[in-house]
Amino acid sequence: MIEVRQLKKNFGTQNILDGVDLLIESGQSAVIIGRSGGGKSVLLKHLIGLLQPDSGDVLVDGEVITHMNERQLLRIREKFGMVFQGAALFDSMTVEENVAFLLERQRKYSPAEIQRRVAVALEVVDLPGTQKKKPAELSGGMRKRVGLARAIIYEPEILLYDEPTTGLDPIVSDSIDQLIVRVRDHLKVTSVVVTHDMRSARRVGHQVFMLHKKKIYASGPPQELFASSDPIVRQFIDGVADAKENVF
Amino acid sequence: MNFLARTWLGEWLTGLGRIAVMSRDAVLSLLTWKVTWKDLLYQIYFIGIKSQSVVLVTGAFTGMVLTAQTYFQFHKVKMDTATLAVVGVSMCSELGPVLTALMVAGRVGAAIAAEIGTMRVTEQIDALRTLATHPVDYLVVPRLLASQIALPLLTVESIVLGISSGYVVGVHLLGIDPTYLLDNMLKYTGNIDLEIGLIKSFVYGGIIALVGCYKGMTCGMGAEGVGRATTEAVVYASISILITNFFLTLVLQRVALMLL
Repeated sequence: MIEVRQLKKNFGTQNILDGVDLLIESGQSAVIIGRSGGGKSVLLKHLIGLLQPDSGDVLVDGEVITHMNERQLLRIREKFGMVFQGAALFDSMTVEENVAFLLERQRKYSPAEIQRRVAVALEVVDLPGTQKKKPAELSGGMRKRVGLARAIIYEPEILLYDEPTTGLDPIVSDSIDQLIVRVRDHLKVTSVVVTHDMRSARRVGHQVFMLHKKKIYASGPPQELFASSDPIVRQFIDGVADAKENVF
Repeated sequence: MNFLARTWLGEWLTGLGRIAVMSRDAVLSLLTWKVTWKDLLYQIYFIGIKSQSVVLVTGAFTGMVLTAQTYFQFHKVKMDTATLAVVGVSMCSELGPVLTALMVAGRVGAAIAAEIGTMRVTEQIDALRTLATHPVDYLVVPRLLASQIALPLLTVESIVLGISSGYVVGVHLLGIDPTYLLDNMLKYTGNIDLEIGLIKSFVYGGIIALVGCYKGMTCGMGAEGVGRATTEAVVYASISILITNFFLTLVLQRVALMLL
């Protein structure tokens, strides 16, 4: 379970989050939507301790992580897997070395077992036989899928996705959505997906949280939120710009 | 002006504090030995083997020019055969370690800062952290260890080549008697000079790796940030080496006098 209490964050003089409250139950798939630059990724990075808040708390399975140092956080992060917006693959390594990274460092498995697990993880993300390729040889969608394979190979309890479909064509986006749902149902993980892709939000979320003006403005099951008559929610879901933004 | 001074001083002190914290983390990590041999050997290869050409050229030409300059001055007072003694002591305790460190700082310090800086701007360091890996364990410690192993070895190479090339220049180009030249060199260049050089190069190895890693891990976003971090890594490492050299010389020579 992930709980966020009154989270506030500033970068210099710019206020990004101003009292965010959030509760994501175990096994649930939560989607955080909101406008670009609205602080969604910042919020996501707080959940895994990549950023420290100015005030407020983040609790993972009842444990406050906001006051932990980097070494204490390593234990908490073993529960997490994260898929980055740009995949963040280690570009000096092959796909196999990327996916096997944590298993190699844990030194718990034999090389043969690691190879087998890598092959299975790549099979799950529909990229069999790409072990020896370098990240530079892969397309954007393939890289994101390798990022997902790297995140699921050690079977984490919580998976965080930072804009998994941004910049991809509709077909690849659809395959990534299907993958998220498949991983969620197969591994029974808690998923947190940050996106502004409404189709994706509708498909992968049990619960949708809308971040607006630095706070959670609305939340609920997708069918409920997407049927909302609130003008701000409607404007975002329907993708309608303000009149002042239509200058030209 | 006051505000600027305060900001600059504040940033400088913050930087020193952060490097100190990173060094502490690196020592703690070393105690629990989280480094893999593969990473360490690769870094030794990158820092040691790949720096051969610059170090060899620097060592050889420094020895040659030092021999020539010393000979031209000593010849006036008929002390030609003491030339290689000066070259030996200078190469072992000063020029060998300092020039090798400066050359390695230019090549390796820049490479470390650029590589880690690029990892930072492409979120690869964040990815490391999400994979329950402390960036200091994975990025800093192998480079620090490798640098502190490789630099003394490179320094010895540079010293040997500097003195040898000095001998060749002295005997074959300047016509100094080889027997007296070598005898004086062995008489005045002691083990302690070489030991001082090795201690210095061990310290400089640490400076190069720590400054490079720190600048990479704290670099600004984008290509400009990586470029600036790379430049600063070389400049700060070089300045730190030169300043540290003065204090190390004072301390180590004093210790050497006490021991002899």
